[in-house]
Amino acid sequence: MLDMKKICKTYNMGGEPVHALQDVDFYMDEGEFVAIIGPSGSGKSTLMNVIGCLDVPTSGTYELDGKMVAQMSQDQQATIRNEKIGFIFQNFNLLPKLTAIENVELPLLYRGAGAKERHDRAMEALDKVGLSGRAKHKPMELSGGQQQRVAIARALAGNPPILLADEPIGNLDSRSGREVTELIHDLHQQGHTIILITHNNAQAEEADRKVRIQDGFIVSDEKVIR
Amino acid sequence: MKLGQSFRLGINGITSNKLRSFLTMLGIIIGVAAVIVLVSLATGTTSSITESISSMGSNLLTVNIMGRGNIGTLTEDEMEDWKLIDGVEKIAPIVSGSAEVKAGTETATASLIGSSADYLDMNQLTLAQGRTVADMDVESRQMVAVIGSEIAETLYEGENPVGQNMKITGSNFTVIGVLESEGSSSTGSSDTRLIMPYTTAQRLLRNGNIRQVSVQVASSEQVESVKTALENLLYEKYQDEDLFNIFDQTEILETLEETTATMSLLVGGIAGISLIVGGIGIMNIMLVSVTERTREIGIRKAIGAKKRHILTQFLVEAVVLSCTGGLIGIAFGIAITKIVGALVPSLSGAVSIPVVIVSFGFSLAIGVVFGVYPANQAAGLNPIEALRYQ
Ligand SMILES: Nc1ncnc2c1ncn2[C@@H]1O[C@H](COP(=O)(O)OP(=O)(O)OP(=O)(O)O)[C@@H](O)[C@H]1O
Ligand SMILES: [Mg+2]
Repeated sequence: MLDMKKICKTYNMGGEPVHALQDVDFYMDEGEFVAIIGPSGSGKSTLMNVIGCLDVPTSGTYELDGKMVAQMSQDQQATIRNEKIGFIFQNFNLLPKLTAIENVELPLLYRGAGAKERHDRAMEALDKVGLSGRAKHKPMELSGGQQQRVAIARALAGNPPILLADEPIGNLDSRSGREVTELIHDLHQQGHTIILITHNNAQAEEADRKVRIQDGFIVSDEKVIR
Repeated sequence: MKLGQSFRLGINGITSNKLRSFLTMLGIIIGVAAVIVLVSLATGTTSSITESISSMGSNLLTVNIMGRGNIGTLTEDEMEDWKLIDGVEKIAPIVSGSAEVKAGTETATASLIGSSADYLDMNQLTLAQGRTVADMDVESRQMVAVIGSEIAETLYEGENPVGQNMKITGSNFTVIGVLESEGSSSTGSSDTRLIMPYTTAQRLLRNGNIRQVSVQVASSEQVESVKTALENLLYEKYQDEDLFNIFDQTEILETLEETTATMSLLVGGIAGISLIVGGIGIMNIMLVSVTERTREIGIRKAIGAKKRHILTQFLVEAVVLSCTGGLIGIAFGIAITKIVGALVPSLSGAVSIPVVIVSFGFSLAIGVVFGVYPANQAAGLNPIEALRYQ
């Protein structure tokens, strides 16, 4: 469902080009669980942003569900982000002034859903992450693990097929990290396609496939044998 | 996303920083309040002047003679000729001055008017008591006078003034009538007037010249033609159009309206400037807000907000800000107009409704005009850069 060929992403830092991605070929099937691993600065987040249509590559082709992303307008890309992709960030990226449920409702809001539908589906998503009791809390009133679970609920609310998680447990203690990891595995069981970026080799070993990236190159791409 | 939701987002943006929002609105509040107060007071006052002028009878012409020496005099015969002009209904010569009036130990200052029997009618004055100056009084230069209610009050408190004596610059007069009290108006009260036969006034003031004549025209359609006929007659006599002029009420009203229009334009200009300054304040704060909320915009875009969603969110915020300012300004403006109207009797406290509507429309427009640029900036942000912003 996702096919990248010869993707390059080059940043210009004061005249000095920085190659964040170099000739990346990457594909994924529906329902797969891929872990992307690599050292800091290797280009993991850049790859995820390109996959998620948040960023455009400098060169190369990217086909999502049979459509060329480069040919889409900004609004069409926004629609892809809204309907096909759920983002989970390392630093949660919740809106601090909104309550948990209001945060979870956001993707549905931009889809034009009515108030009742938004509320019901947001509650359902919060229920999945075990936080329906905290719906009216602001992010500041929640623990880190709880905030990340709200962020996951937000990613789930629109029921997108693909979940992109960029170091989702990087800012969490080991117990909360464990809970979030389990939650992601449950979602994979329920049929979501998942891309998980991590530093942690043990966590990567739990995925179906492990992609190693270094200096913007994919250096290995192998099935995990259990 | 529906407009109602963008509206809620906008309100959230404003209430989350109340003091700043209020300070931002202050420019609009002051601008709108100033417009409403100034324009309401100006139009209220001119409309009361206009009203009192038209109540004097709109078909009245006033002929003023500026001629020198004897050439300035209008004779009885000439005035009789005027009566033959088609459309002329009544004629009253006017000799005016001011005089000290004494009765017993009391003194009053009166504005003295010498005229004919028709004066009261032509100026829509009514008698409370007694009778008016008659043609007979004019012919025989009777020492009689009709007095305003205030003079009557001062000189004959508690007594019936009719039939009483008084002294005007040493001569003895008899009161024959008292005018109905009118109260003050912006064109001067009739309550301090003293009306006597013009022949008597000419002698009393030692001024033989009749320099002013009021001419009542039968209908307003004839005003123009009567005016032209009079001009021709007067030009024949004086051979110089600078030596006389003829005023009609509509001319006075026109002058007044022109003055009001100029004043409104001036007030509107000042108010417009203050509204624009308020608009710049809104734009400034919206730009700050866009910068502060770059991350929020990034998050919203990552979740699937389209350009127009972000655009409406910030535009609605700017418009809500300016319209709230406008509404508060309207409330203040109405309150201040009412208070000033109550404290200063000569000013009307009536609020001009069109001005309220226009100034609200203006504050809405200000919100749109000065909100578009910041909102566009927000909508155009690159999602990745916005997310990365610290
Ligand atoms: N906006 C940018 N401007 C310039 N250089 C950038 C920009 N974003 C990323 N880079 C560079 O691209 C490279 C890859 O960055 P990226 O964020 O993808 O790394 P990462 O693998 O996610 O690292 P980490 O594990 O620390 O999150 C880095 O060298 C980084 O400095
Ligand atoms: Mg990263």
